[in-house]
Amino acid sequence: MIGARGVGVRLGGRQILTDVGLSVPAGAWLAVIGPNGAGKSTLLKAVLGLVPHQGEVLVQGRDVRGLRPRERARLIAYAPQNPVLPPDMTVADYALLGRTPYIPYLAGETAHDRDVTRSVLARLDLSELAARPLGRLSGGERQRVVLARALAQQAPVLLLDEPTTALDLGHQQQVLELLDRLRLADGLTVVTTLHDLTLAGQYADTLLLLSKGRTAASGPPGQVLTEDLVTAHFHAHVRITRPYGRPAVHLERPGNRSAPPG
Amino acid sequence: MNRTAGRTRWALVAAAALLLACMAAGLLAGAAGLSPGSVLYALLDRLPFVSLDSGLLPVEQGVLFELRVPRVLLAALVGGLLAIAGAGYQGVFRNPLADPYLLGAAAGAGLTVTVVIVALGDSGAVPVAAFAGAVGGVLLAYALGNTAGRGGGTATLVLAGVAVTSFLTAVQTFVQQLKVEELQRVYAWILGDVGGGWPQLAMVAPYALVSVVVMLAHGRLLDVLAVGDEEAASLGLHARRVRFAVLLAASLATAAAVAVSGLIAFVGIVVPHVVRRLAGWSYRIVLPLSLLGGAAFLVVADLVARTVLAPAELPIGVVTAFVGAPFFVLVLRLTRRVET
Repeated sequence: MIGARGVGVRLGGRQILTDVGLSVPAGAWLAVIGPNGAGKSTLLKAVLGLVPHQGEVLVQGRDVRGLRPRERARLIAYAPQNPVLPPDMTVADYALLGRTPYIPYLAGETAHDRDVTRSVLARLDLSELAARPLGRLSGGERQRVVLARALAQQAPVLLLDEPTTALDLGHQQQVLELLDRLRLADGLTVVTTLHDLTLAGQYADTLLLLSKGRTAASGPPGQVLTEDLVTAHFHAHVRITRPYGRPAVHLERPGNRSAPPG
Repeated sequence: MNRTAGRTRWALVAAAALLLACMAAGLLAGAAGLSPGSVLYALLDRLPFVSLDSGLLPVEQGVLFELRVPRVLLAALVGGLLAIAGAGYQGVFRNPLADPYLLGAAAGAGLTVTVVIVALGDSGAVPVAAFAGAVGGVLLAYALGNTAGRGGGTATLVLAGVAVTSFLTAVQTFVQQLKVEELQRVYAWILGDVGGGWPQLAMVAPYALVSVVVMLAHGRLLDVLAVGDEEAASLGLHARRVRFAVLLAASLATAAAVAVSGLIAFVGIVVPHVVRRLAGWSYRIVLPLSLLGGAAFLVVADLVARTVLAPAELPIGVVTAFVGAPFFVLVLRLTRRVET
């Protein structure tokens, strides 16, 4: 579904990404992890074609650079880490923006566009909030609304940059569970960046660990979230457990390493 | 969502009715004391296949059709153009403080008009000079912004506009000092006047029509731009292209308005904000309502300008600020909301 090879990005004279590759089969979930400044967001933007890049990015077998912007937008939906939510815009109008790739340049939305948007809002339990301005939403609601806009795009590929930023524990779980349900129901291919390693390990099929703009490791969560790799690339002291067969990462106070708890 | 569409329609009808009422008041007010009935008959008489006797004397007919009608139309046109251009600039720059003069249109026109007045005295070349100066000022800012900031960022463009404005204003002040006796004439032009009559109306009508149509057509796209360039791009929209088209149209509208009215302040920034407070954020409604509201506002401002000190006339630019500022504060208070 998504295949990238030798992706390199240079911005403002600085090499952000070097020779990164990835491969995500249709319907799978890839989480891109890595320390701050590793190039996670830039990788998403390169896949989307928003930043100039070397190498090759294929989505459904087509080079993203060869796609016209509207074609590409019907193939890939994207939500940035800090989406701009104009405070006076209503939830319904914001979600309707997801229909932009289907509307001719100077035309308006059709009844079909409104129907699609309405059903997406219903699916995400947002119908009640349809008329509410974006400025009066809670953090969890905002995240769902952004997801609604992306889903209204009806693209088979979803790229989400840190979909759980600024959410509390419960809302992080709700958003990721929702995303997983939608992925399974619609056969969506999902690529997220996630700074929480445990969440990445719990939800994604495959992890890609970026470090200093290069691929440090990639594969199933169990192979990527190892104490050695996390220590080497995050400079953190961690212990890894496997509660349900998937890795969970725990921080350890350096001094407590030998002392048993209690 | 249909509710929104219904509200939009009613808002447009209400604004159109307001504009018509203001224009009627503008036609009736004045020293000649024409009665409403005879003015109505005289206007209807001009329609094809209608023949009515208004009872107006030829001289009264002259006052109505050579002075008042073109004056009201010009005030409406200029007010509408400045307000819709202001709304367009605010959409392009996503900045509530943007106004039609942001990119050097006013300073450019001020310079060329001063040069023409100083060099040629009072001349018929003023409107053309103002138009060329306004367009030139914006082009200069745009070229400068594009060379200074690669990638077409709007912040660089605004700064370029500031630089161009101060530079051109400095040159204008210098030219003005060379011939101080023309100071009053330059100043009078800057403060604005909508008494140009039919020839000026005819001159700017084509530019006004094109720019208004282009801007109205871009309302939905400006709404998409509200979520930022990056997301607009991810939605398949070429943000720079949209911005350029709206900027071009808004600058053309500004130049057309400046050419026939001088540098009338306040309309372009206040009217779109009042509209937004009353009718919502979407440019699909803000643009047409600004057009109608700006037109109504300037017709009233002109009415005040030529009646309060009659037979003397106040400069219309003084009235727009004097009436507009308190009105703006009132609207802000009445629609007070919690800032988030």
